[in-house]
Amino acid sequence: MIFKCKSLKKLVLLFSLGLLAACGGAQESRVEQGNRDGVLHFGNGSEPQGLDPHIVTGVPEHHIIQALFEGLVVKNPHNLEVEAGVAESWEISDDGKIYTFQLRTDARWSNGDPVTAEDFRWSWQRALTPALGSLYNYMYFPIVNAEAFANGETTDFDQVGVRVLGEHTLQVELRDPTPYILQLFDHYSTFPVHRATVESFGDPSNRLTRWAREGNLVGNGAFQLTEWVVNSHIRVEKSPVYWDAEKIQLNAIVFYPTENLVTEERMFRDGQLHFTGDVPLDKVPVYLRDEPHLIEINPYLGTYYYMVNTTRPPFDDVRVRRALAMAVDRDLLVSTVLEGIVDPAYAIVPPGTLGYEPPRLFNYDPDAARALLAEAGYPGGEGFPAFNILYNTQESHRKIAEAVQQMWNKTLNVGVNLVNQEWQVYLDSQQNMNYDVSRRGWIGDYVDPNSFLDMFITGGGNNKTGFANARYDQIVLRDAPAALDREERYRLFHEAETILIDQMPIIPFYTYKSKHLRHPSLRGMPANIMDYFNYKYVYLQAEE
Amino acid sequence: MWRFIGLRTLQAIPVILVVITVTFFLVRAAPGGPFSSEKAVSPQVKAALEAQYNLDQPVLQQYFTYLSDLARGDMGPSFRYPGRDVSELILQGLPITAELGLYALLVALVIGTLAGVFAALKPNTLQDYIPMSLSMVGICMPSFLLGPLLVLIFGIGLGWLPVSGWGNAAGDKILPSLTLGAGYAAYIARLSRSGMLEVLSQDYLRTARAKGLPEHVVIAKHALRGGLLPVISFLGPAFAGLLSGSFVVETIFQIPGLGRFYVQAAFNRDYTMILGTTVFLASLIVVFNLLSDVVAAWLNPRLRYQFRK
Repeated sequence: MIFKCKSLKKLVLLFSLGLLAACGGAQESRVEQGNRDGVLHFGNGSEPQGLDPHIVTGVPEHHIIQALFEGLVVKNPHNLEVEAGVAESWEISDDGKIYTFQLRTDARWSNGDPVTAEDFRWSWQRALTPALGSLYNYMYFPIVNAEAFANGETTDFDQVGVRVLGEHTLQVELRDPTPYILQLFDHYSTFPVHRATVESFGDPSNRLTRWAREGNLVGNGAFQLTEWVVNSHIRVEKSPVYWDAEKIQLNAIVFYPTENLVTEERMFRDGQLHFTGDVPLDKVPVYLRDEPHLIEINPYLGTYYYMVNTTRPPFDDVRVRRALAMAVDRDLLVSTVLEGIVDPAYAIVPPGTLGYEPPRLFNYDPDAARALLAEAGYPGGEGFPAFNILYNTQESHRKIAEAVQQMWNKTLNVGVNLVNQEWQVYLDSQQNMNYDVSRRGWIGDYVDPNSFLDMFITGGGNNKTGFANARYDQIVLRDAPAALDREERYRLFHEAETILIDQMPIIPFYTYKSKHLRHPSLRGMPANIMDYFNYKYVYLQAEE
Repeated sequence: MWRFIGLRTLQAIPVILVVITVTFFLVRAAPGGPFSSEKAVSPQVKAALEAQYNLDQPVLQQYFTYLSDLARGDMGPSFRYPGRDVSELILQGLPITAELGLYALLVALVIGTLAGVFAALKPNTLQDYIPMSLSMVGICMPSFLLGPLLVLIFGIGLGWLPVSGWGNAAGDKILPSLTLGAGYAAYIARLSRSGMLEVLSQDYLRTARAKGLPEHVVIAKHALRGGLLPVISFLGPAFAGLLSGSFVVETIFQIPGLGRFYVQAAFNRDYTMILGTTVFLASLIVVFNLLSDVVAAWLNPRLRYQFRK
């Protein structure tokens, strides 16, 4: 007995000693160390699928690829205007369809090879090769015959409007004057890849080769890949051969896959991260109250909405859809469930998308909503069949769905059930239009109303509401692309969006905001609507 | 004894085969797929993707191809991470998860047996009630609660230990090991208490005391060996459980172990990765069960005698 007690005491003592020894004294935090060494510690959402720009599709991948590769152009993070990238200048023909890019002669791959016009042509051919199965190949479709090549209708890449006019001169021919085309040349799906490297690891159209792994990858960006431990971190270091290396102030960036937001927030508080990809919603008010200098909330190019299955009665009646839309008090939804940080939305395109303002066709109006429902044959909600709101399993979606359920039930006296499904099952249900009303969000690929409006063309892969309107298709597919000036295009888009919101296959709720925690030492990363970073501008400055 | 081991090994083969077969068809029956995406995928792209991973072949053919590849030790490429093989990812995560599991097991053993033996020495007194109530709390408290709680106290509150990571900073292995080990410590405490109680009333202990041996020798030399038998047979499944159940702790503490792959694979419908991790963990569980049976037999003279016959 005595023996036991003694040994227990000893063990407890030993254990506590070990604990203390392990903790050591007060250590310099990772962020402080990073400030000293010029190393940015970046909370990056989830583990990237890969780093092949023609294969991956996610935001975390985008953040890393942007450091490793560079397209024809880049964007200024302050105003999102296009700036010179690999192309130092470009000319646009009078009809707006032919772009001639002059590439800079000092652009280099990380192994020292020069970046040439042929690199772009070969890379784009690879990205469009059907066998590769690039999910973002549609980014190229404004180029003449790119779509035909991607769909296997032609196998001759010479038919595609991409021509090499000289070692450093590249010409691109478009189907229509596409005002946002330069933005697409800053999208990673149009980045060049190093032909010799890709080919040395096997068939360029094989997704499974190892060319984009640590130790193999050759890029043309401001940073080079030096370390990649899956689920732990990815480290990139400043490239000495990058043409604008003088301007780069960071020595390295370490990306952490922080898929658990709560852990990410704790890592930030513990001084392990300069920057987080997101902030848990329930922490937002706490930061806003206690440490507003650490949190950043800004408009983001995305909309949260519900889709309505217009092929199912009673939702095939536009009056029913309008009644549902008008019965939702968005201000209340935003101020309660959403902590007041987002803006209510009444259309699909976020306001202020490069000067475009969406139409406002309806308001929260319970009386009008009830009248519409009565007109549709359901006075006081009588006889209206109970229906489901579908959402993917997640706390925030559940809260919103509950609030909307309450509003519809109280205002319209209709029975609403909530159905949550695991992500893949939910995607499957949407794809097969196996839903009544379903939650959905959309983030624009580029800053242009088209990025939202081309979703809803008849039979479009992202439509999935059953919405079909000939005039809408005419505008989005033919009239707007052919419009020569911005004013005319926006007028057309406004007309199209008016048709869409009038017919209400979707019920918009709010415009997204980007949320980040940011250490005060992190500078040169201004907020913008695309949540776009350009590491060239970023630097670290420890506080005094 | 060898016959026993041989027989149990043979029994394991059909078990694993069933696991493979059920998993193979189950993941393919689940809605969604490895290439589902929020953005629409054109039919051409989808067909190209399926061709790259042989999903365009008949399911039965895919099944037999998988089996023959597996027999050659090839678990196939990951669907989610192009350019990485499943076996490579498993081998990368395994040492980390194994290390975490080992520390957690040590935590569980030290705390658990001490508390259990301590309690058994004076049953139905405060010395018994306190550790046993604590162990009940330990069993009931899920790691997703205990982990953040420990982080709040020792990481953020006191600033003694890092809140996340594995092997990046001094002491970052302590909190995850404690979190993962706590629940098992509680089980072991209860197991060792009941084991000790049973042994303490046996005649051979009375004999030992009658010989005039001091009490601590009686406990340490004679009682523990018998009293901890239930703990030994629990260790095998416990370690397998620690390896396959470390997902929550790995997520809370940002540890690049096997558990995260296992669960992420299911969400991503990464068919080969789901199969690879499931088969691998199933094999581990089978092996550890076998090992703990062997050790228990070796420690228990009655069982040993049966094998000899």
